[in-house]
Amino acid sequence: MSTILLEHVSRWYRNVVAVNDVSMTIGPGVTGLLGPNGAGKSTLIAMMSGFLAPSTGTVTLDGEPLWRNESVYRKIGLVPEREALFDYLTGRQFVVANAELHGLPDPGAAAQASIALVEMSDAQDRAISTYSKGMRQRIKMASSLVHDPAVLLLDEPFNGMDPRQRMHLMELLRTMGAEGRTVLFSSHILEEVEQVARQIEVVVAGRHAASGDFGAIRRLMTDRPNRFVLRTGDDRTMASVLLADASVRGARLRPEGGVEVEASDFGRFSEVLPRMARDHGIRLLEVSPTDESLESVFAYLVSA
Amino acid sequence: MSVAFSTTVARIGVHSVFGRRRGVLLFVLPAVLLGLSLLVRLLVGEEERAAQHTLYGLGLVVVVPLVALLATTGLLAPEIDDGSIAYLLAKPISRYTIVASKLAVASACVVAFAVVPVLVAGLLLRSSDPRFGLGFALGALAGGLAYCALFALLSVLTRHAVVVGLIYLLIWESLLGGLLDGVRWLSVSRWSAAIAEPVAGVSLVDNLGVGYALTATVVVIVLGVWLTGRRLRAFNLTGDE
Repeated sequence: MSTILLEHVSRWYRNVVAVNDVSMTIGPGVTGLLGPNGAGKSTLIAMMSGFLAPSTGTVTLDGEPLWRNESVYRKIGLVPEREALFDYLTGRQFVVANAELHGLPDPGAAAQASIALVEMSDAQDRAISTYSKGMRQRIKMASSLVHDPAVLLLDEPFNGMDPRQRMHLMELLRTMGAEGRTVLFSSHILEEVEQVARQIEVVVAGRHAASGDFGAIRRLMTDRPNRFVLRTGDDRTMASVLLADASVRGARLRPEGGVEVEASDFGRFSEVLPRMARDHGIRLLEVSPTDESLESVFAYLVSA
Repeated sequence: MSVAFSTTVARIGVHSVFGRRRGVLLFVLPAVLLGLSLLVRLLVGEEERAAQHTLYGLGLVVVVPLVALLATTGLLAPEIDDGSIAYLLAKPISRYTIVASKLAVASACVVAFAVVPVLVAGLLLRSSDPRFGLGFALGALAGGLAYCALFALLSVLTRHAVVVGLIYLLIWESLLGGLLDGVRWLSVSRWSAAIAEPVAGVSLVDNLGVGYALTATVVVIVLGVWLTGRRLRAFNLTGDE
């Protein structure tokens, strides 16, 4: 069981602050690091993996510093975001090399087990240059798991994966977490994170905006006024029916057509809307959120 | 600082030098040297001045540094540039070991593609005097190793190691080295010439002792490995942020 501890960590590049006074504890189980692009997730992971020194504060793994300390890599498996690999090697050569660099007693066997775990056995003898994005991601996983690390750090691991590969990786991460490993992965997609992570840490603009289990984060993100534009067969009736429900805070007819709705309880609203439309014989032509962009969700979180 | 040799790092290094198209140049450079030497021998015979000019002007000043530049930057620069070096660095092994192992591969390239060709060219140009080729080969070895250490350091300091290396070779070693006499004290190719002199029995640079040249070469090699490893210990890996 390993724990990564960040205490009042800040990191700036010249006069740009990438991470601002972040303190968090990453313990066993799967933790999701959630935030929009450019929020400082990669900077945090770089500091947690010993590839960046914090400008102030400390980052430790089980009490040991991570910066300039090569011995910590016995415990850490790192899956970097960048796709570049040793393209001129085959998948098997690459994973075996990683096993050798860790000084494992039987690198060949460790590599085979790791490659099988990510379901790359069939393609292991092909050059990495011929791999698809998802295959690269999986061989990167295999290389980081080869020494059975207690800590697994993954930077945007689901990028570029198709749904099936995504499901498989999610399952793998869940298993790793259930085995008592400390697994941390970053993502900018809430749905991705809440499917895997027990614990979610949200970073926005370099700051630690929220922390909790997925239920708490979900509530934070959804218990806020949501705006939608509806196009229906009968806008005026729809608006009046909606106003009668407790989940709706306001409804307005737009001059150009359609109804603008502000819902205070998103969960309830999404359930009652289709029912009300059906009960009143109104056709729903379109339901589109107006401020559903992730940035607005995060902006709301920061102001909360 | 602990330095060991990692066969794994070296093996990946060999793949990376010859797995890229640039690797072909490593064969072209010695081929040009050998071809030209053959031509000189056929046209002017066993003439000492012509032989000397070929091995010094083309061998020590052009082929040796270029082979070292190609091999060393091919081993380090692309991996640093695309971030794949993280797979080597995120391991419980000393980063000095990584540098030393990569430099071992670069040195082997220098021996195979610069030192041996210089020796063969020397024997070709002056078949009656084997010490001539041997002297230049020793100079090529010393110069080649020093260049490797220097270019390794350059690879971890700048993203444009090849360009900076070429500019250094053209401006400092060739242009200023030819114009200003004092450059010899700080010129790897002049040192390698000074090391070649006593064995080959020739005179290439004035007023540069072989003792100084050897010491300076060793200092550059040790300092290069040490500073490169130190820089790699503080290697920053970040995404696009």
